[in-house]
Amino acid sequence: MVDWIVFLAGTLIALSGAIGVVTLPNPVHAALSLVLTLFGVAVLFVAQAAHFLAIVQIIVYAGAVVVLFLFVIMLLGVDRTESDLATEPLRGQRPAAAVIGVAALGLLLALSQVHLTIGATSTAGAADGPGTNVEKIADSVFTRYVFAFEITSVLLVIAVVGAVLLARKPRLQSAELTG
Amino acid sequence: MRGILAQGAVLVGKGPKGPTSVGGGWFLAVAAVLFTIGIVGLLLRRNVLVMFMCIELMLNAVNLTFVTFARMLNDIGGQVVVFFIMVVAAAEVVVGLGIVVSIFRRRKIGATADSAVLLKG
Repeated sequence: MVDWIVFLAGTLIALSGAIGVVTLPNPVHAALSLVLTLFGVAVLFVAQAAHFLAIVQIIVYAGAVVVLFLFVIMLLGVDRTESDLATEPLRGQRPAAAVIGVAALGLLLALSQVHLTIGATSTAGAADGPGTNVEKIADSVFTRYVFAFEITSVLLVIAVVGAVLLARKPRLQSAELTG
Repeated sequence: MRGILAQGAVLVGKGPKGPTSVGGGWFLAVAAVLFTIGIVGLLLRRNVLVMFMCIELMLNAVNLTFVTFARMLNDIGGQVVVFFIMVVAAAEVVVGLGIVVSIFRRRKIGATADSAVLLKG
């Protein structure tokens, strides 16, 4: 009974936030709705005993990614309400979006409910084995997936360099103006 | 319908012994709905930042699917994959927002996808 209450609460929070992201015209409100969705998904993570991921979800997504979104929204000054939902630049885009949405929903729901033939369970380690959730994830990350973990650091370095390069002000114009 | 949705517990024969008695099929259905909302939002909205948020919605739906399968198959590997997806998503947001800032610092009109018409071939 309690499990169902937790599941329904998390689902309600996540889906209402997602609908808010799509429908709210103001980007700031959409970003705050995104926080709602992230918290709802974190609740669903906790319900399935993924405690580490729930905390990372809140810290990284709700704490860092959404704040970055809000920073960019304020920086660009697009926080005023723009009627980007009212205009339809491509003819027939709305019906196409509706058709694709219904098709994707039907396909995904059918796929999620089909009886799958599955192979061996717990190949990377049992999720309900001994130890806490963090210990089990750490065991897997630093043994079986250690190479992917190291590649992740390379990816982050590349992302940081790319972001600095993209966000840097072009100094060429000011040099031309003064010189 | 309810019997099919509750099959996650039947699939691995765990039943109420697992972390939650709600079947994995229910969580997969929620992830499917979340992913679809992300798709529709990406197609409907013109604001680049809101389109980015819709991509985040889809990534979260996939994360939820991975965690659900990690529980259904009793495999910690699914949660490790979600960890990596979160790292990649953070890097993607940083680079994507950098591109958006560098495009829209030069033109002061609204940040819609139609403003970047120079990318049109």
